[in-house]
Amino acid sequence: MGKVIVVTSGKGGVGKTTSSAALGAALAQNGEKVVVVDFDVGLRNLDLVMGAERRVVYDLVNVIQGEAKLTQALIRDKRLETLYLLPASQTRDKDNLTPEGVEKVITALKRAFDWVICDSPAGIERGATLAMRHADVAIVVTNPEVSSVRDSDRIIGLLDSKTLKAENGECMEKHLLLTRYDPARAERGDMLNVDDVLEILSIPLLGIVPESMDVLRASNVGSPVTLADGHSAPAIAYFDAARRLKGENLPVAIPGEKRGFFGKIFGRKAA
Amino acid sequence: MNFFRLFSRPQSAPAARERLQVLLAHERASAGDSDLVTKLRDEILRVISKHMQIDDEKVSVKMERGAQVTTLAVDIEIPFEAGKKAA
Ligand SMILES: Nc1ncnc2c1ncn2[C@@H]1O[C@H](COP(=O)(O)OP(=O)(O)OP(=O)(O)O)[C@@H](O)[C@H]1O
Ligand SMILES: [Mg+2]
Repeated sequence: MGKVIVVTSGKGGVGKTTSSAALGAALAQNGEKVVVVDFDVGLRNLDLVMGAERRVVYDLVNVIQGEAKLTQALIRDKRLETLYLLPASQTRDKDNLTPEGVEKVITALKRAFDWVICDSPAGIERGATLAMRHADVAIVVTNPEVSSVRDSDRIIGLLDSKTLKAENGECMEKHLLLTRYDPARAERGDMLNVDDVLEILSIPLLGIVPESMDVLRASNVGSPVTLADGHSAPAIAYFDAARRLKGENLPVAIPGEKRGFFGKIFGRKAA
Repeated sequence: MNFFRLFSRPQSAPAARERLQVLLAHERASAGDSDLVTKLRDEILRVISKHMQIDDEKVSVKMERGAQVTTLAVDIEIPFEAGKKAA
């Protein structure tokens, strides 16, 4: 049985889709079977970020409504043969996602894949609650910024109350993925730093992805950043996060902590 | 203190952290009953209207969150005639 992961945040635009694609590709590079499911019905983007937008024929809603078989809707990645995408519908709305339908699809995917990654839409409505419903593990994507942290706190509350795991009295495994982290701003004290966010949300840290042009470049060419440039800083952060997801105990490097000579002299936060 | 920081703007991140800590402590405590104020308002209204006639619109229930305590302010306008009419 595969593991179901929800990538969620509450707040929009923090990097859920970017992270779903990057982690999916990172996990699949080791030969594990991965499917990334777009739950953002009406506003799909995962297909674009993964470079599969021209290959979408059927989608999640078609499968749920019985208009297509699951195997017809799954798109295999052109670069990695163990990576698949299940796109969302662009023309219908979230009401077409039924709890029963979602359950059926997830159950089938769990049987066929090692990892089922659910890219949640923003918000706390139906799409978001259905995306998290069957999760074994949650990745809470947060930017170091007040509104994102607040929304993440809200989402953590929902993960602990509205999911199947929570309803069965089990504890949802939650991880924090801090994205769009700008070391210079954190250093200047104009952005919440890693410790601040960890202290406030108090869930374990899965990784820190720096703010980077490489993410934009990767999405421009339709490639998860872990495939586009595996040596870029965000790609390395996602690769490490993927290893931690698999249970490896890797220390998390805080971007900007490794500084050059001048950085050491001028950039340090003195006691 | 950073040498250059003496000449620059004060840091804003500490304020962000403190505001979040206060806010989230409250939001977590009241999670699940976000409509607490509405419930309180309805019940208060019901109790009072047993004894006097009041205007729904003239009742305000507000919850204000401080760092240590939360205050509940109930403001009800009672017309001169209210007591008599209900009796
Ligand atoms: N580490 C990063 N550095 C720079 N830009 C980033 C980074 N992560 C994400 N972005 C950019 O931020 C924007 C939003 O990212 P993304 O679409 O992944 O967010 P989302 O949480 O899925 O949004 P939505 O809530 O709308 O689904 C995109 O333009 C993306 O390229
Ligand atoms: Mg998205």
